[in-house]
Amino acid sequence: MKKIRLMEVCGTHTMAIAKAGIKKLLPSGIELVSGPGCPVCVTAQGDIDRAIEISRFDNVIMTTFGDMMRVPGTKESLDDMRGKGHDVRLVYSCRDALNIARYNTGKKVVFMGVGFETTSPTVAATVIEAEKKGIRNFFVLSDFKLIFPALEIMAKSEKPAIDGFICPGHVSVITGSMPYEKIAAKYGKPCVIAGFETADILKSIIRLTDLIKRREYSVVTEYKRAVKRSGNRKAQKILNSVFEKSDTTWRGLGMIGKSGLRLKNEYRRFDAGGEFRVKIPRTKRRIACICGDILKGAKSPVECKLFGKACTPRKPVGPCMVSSEGTCAACYKYEK
Amino acid sequence: MCLATPAKITEIKGKGALVDFGGIRKRISLGILDGVKKGDYVLVHTGFAIGKVTAPEAEDTLKTLEELKKVLR
Repeated sequence: MKKIRLMEVCGTHTMAIAKAGIKKLLPSGIELVSGPGCPVCVTAQGDIDRAIEISRFDNVIMTTFGDMMRVPGTKESLDDMRGKGHDVRLVYSCRDALNIARYNTGKKVVFMGVGFETTSPTVAATVIEAEKKGIRNFFVLSDFKLIFPALEIMAKSEKPAIDGFICPGHVSVITGSMPYEKIAAKYGKPCVIAGFETADILKSIIRLTDLIKRREYSVVTEYKRAVKRSGNRKAQKILNSVFEKSDTTWRGLGMIGKSGLRLKNEYRRFDAGGEFRVKIPRTKRRIACICGDILKGAKSPVECKLFGKACTPRKPVGPCMVSSEGTCAACYKYEK
Repeated sequence: MCLATPAKITEIKGKGALVDFGGIRKRISLGILDGVKKGDYVLVHTGFAIGKVTAPEAEDTLKTLEELKKVLR
């Protein structure tokens, strides 16, 4: 029988699968590969370099989510900048960054925003709050990504050819299950939206293999307790009122048209990219690191020469090892 | 990064709410979610409620979890 290859798109699923040892439980005919759904991992090196350059300004407080701190740019990471005395802080929420701005009126507070459709509406709401409260020293560096254009590339890909997708549960809380319908029908790839408990994931794998066997190219929501077909309409509306789609570069996948978000004209004054004109060093690729192929599901961490040797969670070379939900970090922690 | 944790709403105050994560209490924003009331379960992501969790469907998953425990025993 032909081997079935499933892709778990979301990094949080990658971690949950590794932690529960699901790969070892599966029959040999089912292969699980990880996709491009770890926001930290797909952030382009140039975007990290931009944040680093902005953090050099004396009057700037740079803020971002924890995982972003240690990802190496071309020369340094944001964590290195903090070590050099620049004001770089990690925040739990974008609203924490806004609060820092409220209490530090003499400084310009920049929030480096990464994430998918789960996260970007929270930032859009914070921008609206800043506008309403007249907070003028708050800026967003928008490195957000949209998962569907990347998913479409994965669906078209022949190396590796994916038979079906385990789709991200919390992105779908916002977007609903509808956007997957086009991908499932157009490319003949069934999609199952999964929750994050071990039982959720196993149920989704059973459902997905069944759909593949029956050649049923549809979308099934197994994470019914949280995902509705139309999603969270209010969050979608807020997102679309503040941001518009733009072309953006993904680590590993390159430039994908209309797969990023930029602030709309009426909110452009919050754009950190416009406020700070910085020169970004030329991106230097780390030749031995295969994070790019890992993000496409084309290679697994153990195929990398650096894995577990020159590249470990303590001293990571590539973003897939830095992020707590990167494929290499998950493999190192639970499967090595 | 798309981690979201279920929590119970214990108090609603304007556009914010106090939630209980099984013992840990935290103030969150209801800025991007409509139609929640005290006692509802919501998924919390970076300090925002992003969606409601409905009880009957949650019980369905708990049942599967129990079945799984039996199989693995």
